[in-house]
Order: sequence, then structure tokens, then C-alpha cells
Amino acid sequence: MAYLPLAVLVIVLTWFVAAYNKLVRLRNQIKNAWHQIDVQLKRRHDLIPNLVEVVKDYMSYEQETLTKVIEARGAAVSAKGTAAQAKAENVLTESLKSLFAVVENYPDLKANQNVAALQEELTGTENKISFARQFYNDSVMTYNNTIQAIPSNLIASLFNFTQETYFQAEEADRAVPKADLR
Amino acid sequence: MPRICPKCGASNLRGAERCYLCQAELPSAEPGAGAQALVGNGGAAAVPRRMPVPMLLFTDAARHNVRMSALLYALLAVVFFLLGAAIGEALGDVGNGIALSAVLCAILGGAAWFSGSSIVLSLHGASEADPERHRQLLNVVDEMRIAAGVPMPKVYVMPSAGLNAFAAGRKPEEASLAVTQGLLDRLTREELQGVIAHELAHIKSRDTLYNICAAVLVGAVALLADMFLRGTFLGQGHRTRPSEGGRDGGGRGNAAYLVLGILLALLAPLAAKILQMSISRQREYHADAAAAGFTRNPLGLASALSKISLGGAQVPGGNRGTQHLFIVNPLKEFGPDASALMSTHPPTEHRIRRLNAMAGFGGV
Repeated sequence: MAYLPLAVLVIVLTWFVAAYNKLVRLRNQIKNAWHQIDVQLKRRHDLIPNLVEVVKDYMSYEQETLTKVIEARGAAVSAKGTAAQAKAENVLTESLKSLFAVVENYPDLKANQNVAALQEELTGTENKISFARQFYNDSVMTYNNTIQAIPSNLIASLFNFTQETYFQAEEADRAVPKADLR
Repeated sequence: MPRICPKCGASNLRGAERCYLCQAELPSAEPGAGAQALVGNGGAAAVPRRMPVPMLLFTDAARHNVRMSALLYALLAVVFFLLGAAIGEALGDVGNGIALSAVLCAILGGAAWFSGSSIVLSLHGASEADPERHRQLLNVVDEMRIAAGVPMPKVYVMPSAGLNAFAAGRKPEEASLAVTQGLLDRLTREELQGVIAHELAHIKSRDTLYNICAAVLVGAVALLADMFLRGTFLGQGHRTRPSEGGRDGGGRGNAAYLVLGILLALLAPLAAKILQMSISRQREYHADAAAAGFTRNPLGLASALSKISLGGAQVPGGNRGTQHLFIVNPLKEFGPDASALMSTHPPTEHRIRRLNAMAGFGGV
């Protein structure tokens, strides 16, 4: 009988440690997920000069499209702050889309092995960026759920685990894209 | 509502006359025609029964799999020790029998634990993916593992022209994933994403660990059944010699030995079946649902599954021990409900229907 309080204490303490560790793990996962996004964005920045190099000889008439891509890349690389960065990256995505649309018009270019490989790399990187953002948001949701739900909210408030914010698409991005079929 | 192809189960656009996937003619556009077609040639008008898939959290699923794997290994050890004792008893020396079984158990369990995935990979002739030739595959795997939040697995390609894929590995940190060349040749990027996401879901929920343990247990049971059936006759041959064994101890042991052997031989295939059933079906549905979550695109996997079931999922080297690892059973294609009781995978059509339902198409 004398051991009963001791047993209760041990159980409570075990739960306490487990819950605390879970919160720490979730918070670190969010940090890691955020860096994953940066890694992929950086990779896209690195790929673009190669693409421009390969494409430019074929596309002497499309200098404007190429210049836009290069400018957008420059803006994205130098953008500071989450919001500005997200905006610049969106511009870059758009400019790349129009570049690939133009590539479709050049059969020589489409047949080029290097271009095909680079296009696959860039498509992959675009996807990785969006999947990394998706995973970031999923992680934030799990973390926020844990922080707000009983009983882990007790520990969260005790040790100052604060809510994280979601990555949000730009308002303009959220509008349904209109296909211009002419 | 979208037109569901009665042949392959793919969702087609409202106005479509032919299935975009298998080119089969679609039934006329009367309202409800799609739902009728779903029921298939059974002719029954009843809507197929809706069976909810319990959505587990990955951490829960993983913990469950680890527990079950430990249980399987414990079961394996117990079975081996009992049989070892029985052999020992029959041959007149219990200690030796137990020692023998302990050694065998350690070898078998150890081999599966430490090189299970490489054995399975080499069994199917898989070689590591080439960064140049399989650029798209590697990119897709990288994309999906980012979405799943697991480390990059080792990627392998099997030379087979059949359409299939499997995952192996004890934990996400040392997992491998293999696809056939046929799959790479015939699937679009989106469909490949679905298949890879499905395999990564198996890795993340540690189904692959459980699969290896199950394969070992099934293999061990078969091996023992074999040993006993042969050993029974061998043992009898020895026993007939009057010089050997005690007065009547030998006779008693021999009878127990015989009964055990026959029992095992009878139970082995059954046990193997039950195990594989319990492993696979619920896990397949779960992995499909998780794949839809990772890709946010259930139709990609649905379309891949219909291509796989139409194009043939056979893989050379696929056998009873490894069939439950694959995304679609590599041994033979099952009919809609025909062998549902004894199959390791749910009928592909049911899986496609559920995925279509996730995308908001058609009734499940």
C-alpha cells in the first residue's frame, strides 16, 4: 500500500517525459521540413543557369522569355524574408512555365537530350518544392494539434511550445487557372 | 457523374465514349449507367458493400508492426524449440535436439534480419538504379519520400517486363524499393508517383519489417514440414534396428514424432496462407490511402493499378514466400471476388474503386 503513491508518481513522470519528448520531436520535424524547402529552392536556382545555357543558342528569337527567367532567378536568389521569398519564387515558377511552353515550339530543342534531362530535373525540383511545402504543412498540423489537445497542451503551455504558422499559397495562386485555348 | 469503365474501373470524363485507359467501349450515358457497370457481370443491382478502412496514424501502424514482428519472431523461436525437443526425444537425446534447433533458429532468423532485403532483391534480379538512365524514377522517389517525410531509400530496377514494384527493409533508414523495367516503360510520371507513394507508405508504416518476419516464418514452417516428412521415414528406418534405442522409450518417441510430423505437414500450408492473408489485405488498402495522401492525387495510383492489372503483374522469381511484398500479386491476376478469401492482395478493382471514391468519383 505504501508503494501506491510511488507507482502513481512513476507513471505520471513517464508520461510527462514521453509527452515532452514528442513535442520536441515534432518541433524539430517542422524545422527540418522548412529546411527541406530551402534545399529544393536552392537546387532550382542552381539548375536554371544550365538550362539557359543549353537553350539560348536555339532560341535567338525568344530572348525576352529567357531574360525574364534570368531576372526572376536573380530576384528569387536575393529575396529576403519569407513572404518576399515566396513571392519571388512564384514569379520564377511562372517564368519557367512560359519558357517550357516556348520550348514546345522548337522540335530541335525538344529532341535535345540535355534539354529533356534538364526539363525532367526542373519538373522534379518543382514537385519536390511543393511536396516539401506539403510535408511542412502536415508537420505543422500535427504539431499544432498536439499543442492544443488535452492533455499534452498542459506541457506545451508549461514549456512554452508555441503554435507554428502554415506555409500559405499566394492569393493569386489560389484562383483557378484559366486555360487560354483560343 | 463521371463514366466508370466497366472493364478496368478507370474514371472517364462525362462525354467519353471509349475508356481512355483500356479503350473499351463505355456503356451508354443514361443516368446511373456507371453505377450499374460497377457491379459488373454479376448482374446484381445491389451497390457493392462499403467497407471502411480504419485510417491508422503512421506512428500507431509502425508500432503495431514492430510489436507483431517481435511476436512472430518469438513464435518462430518457440516452434523451433518445441520441434527441436521433439526430434531430440524421438532420437533419444533432448539436449542435442534443442541445441540443433537453437542453431537453426539463429541462422534462419539472423539471415532474414540482416540480409532479408538483399536476398529478396537478388531473388528478383534487381540491380541498383542508374542516375543517368533512371533519372525520372530517382526524381519521383525523391519527391515522394519528401512528401512522406522519410529518408531516401535505395532504388532498384528489376529487368522484368511485367508491371510491379515492392519495398523491403527493416526500418525507413535502410529501406529499399524496387520497380520493374516494364513499370517504368508503361507508366506516366503521375502514375509512377502513385506507385512509389504506395511503396513508401509501406516503408513508413514498417509493413516491410513485418513482411520479412512473415516470410521467414512461412519459410521456416515449410522447411520444418519438409524435414519432418522426410525425417519420419528416415527415423523409422533407424528404429527398426533392434540394437538402437531404449526398451520402449524409442517406440513412444517415434509415435509422437510421427504424429507431430504429419500434423505439421498438414498445418504448414494453411498457416502460411492465414499469415499472408492477415498481413496483406488491410495493409494494401491502408498504403493506397496513404499514397493518395502523399500525392494528393488518388487517380494517379488508380490509373497505375488498372494499367498493372491489364498489363500483367507477373515477375520472374515471384513465389509464395515473397508474393505479399509486391504492390499487385506477381503470381497471377485474381478475378474481382473469386479468390478473395485466400489472396494476399485485395482485388485490384476494389482498390481502384476506393481510390476513385477518394477523388470524389463514383460510389464505393
